[in-house]
Amino acid sequence: MSIRVYDIAHARAGDKGNTSNISVTAYSDEGWQVLRRELTPEVVLGHFRHLTPGPVRRYELPQLRALNFVIENALGGGVTRSLAIDPHGKSLSALMLTVVLPGHNEGVARA
Amino acid sequence: MARDKIRIGCGAGFADDRIPPGVEIVERGELDYLAMECLAERTIARETLDRAKDPAKGYTPVLLERMEAIMPPALRRGVKIVTNMGAANPMGAARAVRKHAAEWDCPDYTCAVVRGDEVTDVMRAHPELPLMEDGARLESLLPKMASANAYLGADVVAKGFATGAELVVTGRVADPALFLGPMLHAFGWSYDDYPKLANGTLAGHLLECSGQLTGGCFADPGRKEVEDLAGLGYPLADVWADGRVEVSKTPGSGGRLDVATCTEQLLYEMHDPSAYITPDCVLDASGVTFRTLGHDRVGLDGARGKPRTATYKVVVGYFDGYMGSGEMGFAGINALARAKLGIEVVKERLRRRGLSYEEMRVDLIGMNSLHANDASLCPEPYEVRLRIAARTPDKKAAEAVGAEVRSLHMQGPTGAGGGINFGARQILAVKSVLIPREWVKPEIVMEQAA
Repeated sequence: MSIRVYDIAHARAGDKGNTSNISVTAYSDEGWQVLRRELTPEVVLGHFRHLTPGPVRRYELPQLRALNFVIENALGGGVTRSLAIDPHGKSLSALMLTVVLPGHNEGVARA
Repeated sequence: MARDKIRIGCGAGFADDRIPPGVEIVERGELDYLAMECLAERTIARETLDRAKDPAKGYTPVLLERMEAIMPPALRRGVKIVTNMGAANPMGAARAVRKHAAEWDCPDYTCAVVRGDEVTDVMRAHPELPLMEDGARLESLLPKMASANAYLGADVVAKGFATGAELVVTGRVADPALFLGPMLHAFGWSYDDYPKLANGTLAGHLLECSGQLTGGCFADPGRKEVEDLAGLGYPLADVWADGRVEVSKTPGSGGRLDVATCTEQLLYEMHDPSAYITPDCVLDASGVTFRTLGHDRVGLDGARGKPRTATYKVVVGYFDGYMGSGEMGFAGINALARAKLGIEVVKERLRRRGLSYEEMRVDLIGMNSLHANDASLCPEPYEVRLRIAARTPDKKAAEAVGAEVRSLHMQGPTGAGGGINFGARQILAVKSVLIPREWVKPEIVMEQAA
């Protein structure tokens, strides 16, 4: 069965210029294994493709069960000149949590 | 002043941050120092404009309201204060506070002012500098430049306290440096002691956004609970001379501080965790771990530091035209189609008036305004708000956007309600350059001597 990132992780978004960074932290070790395997930069870029051509970089912090995604060109030209209602992209953490990860995740506790 | 341990609290994490938790942490936090971070990237440009209109102004507008609430209890308890609310006029801020301190019933105090972060003249002298964002020459921004300030480090904050001051007022200082500064002063840490600089910088990074470490930006009902979010307390750090750091929050306050909140805030506005560049060191946070030490108390481990770079980062604020916007609501049967008709009507009316825009953005609030997702895939909502925003160099054209949206009340589709014209606002955008440290000459000036 497929699983949403929301089911296994929490997230926070920050901004610098025209770049959004979104951390994704697993609730459990099992969830971390799924995140690390399935939530690739390519998957994230696919989910954010309508907002940005990328690139997306991913940093791993296994000791915290956390991934940090740096998503460039995602903030409408930059926080200070964007026409967006949320120029900082604070709400984009919630978009990250809607990513659906593919199957073979049976046994992952929905924390 | 050799100390074994100090406690530093955060009293504000942005210019308009909530004041009551700042008072609370002063009164109940048993602090030695309080740092208040109130300068976003572009706010200093706005304050530079204020100063151009009135040379006594140019500090953070909420300065006096905040200091009236926080300074008297802080000084009575011996809590020293550092803040960047000096913005574009640190000396003006210090004088304004002094002018009111007696009526606030403040004990006598000394105040040190950090100057020298402003580098507009340096920018004009070096049009060849490449912009960090796109590599273009700084020259293109100079005619539109509103401000230019270097992010100073913790050394100037420490020097401010070294004068014996109870209050240190700065302009642009790197946010974590407001917290590292008191540590450098209290413990005499040197700039080649990278583990300590790293721990202090990490502590500052975690604390600088106030409630974001203590349960703000976190709660998700039924999923991630935060107890008494309404009574959210601000964070504090206990720092030992050997570099050990533990973070906690105002005793008895609401909110939550644990490994989960610390992890989210660690990565907040961080790109490569192994290279978080500050004026004081390059923090390598890639191996950071958090230890639960008790209720609302977490220990920090694993931060590593590398030498500070040879450059200061400068943020250049510049005028980038005007943005006009407005909203209108629709509800009930066929609400979405009426909202879409309203959008087309506004666009056509602006076109027939001969107005054009660099960029126009249309949102359907309730469907796609935050994630810019494909509205055709959303279920049709019971109610929806249209929002139109546009950017233009022409202020009158910007003003027309919200005016046309609001006039849909009377001259748009049926049942248009709750219209708002946000008017036109001047856009102050920012870009960055790096400059050699030698080009910046910070100085500490006592406010009484002025």
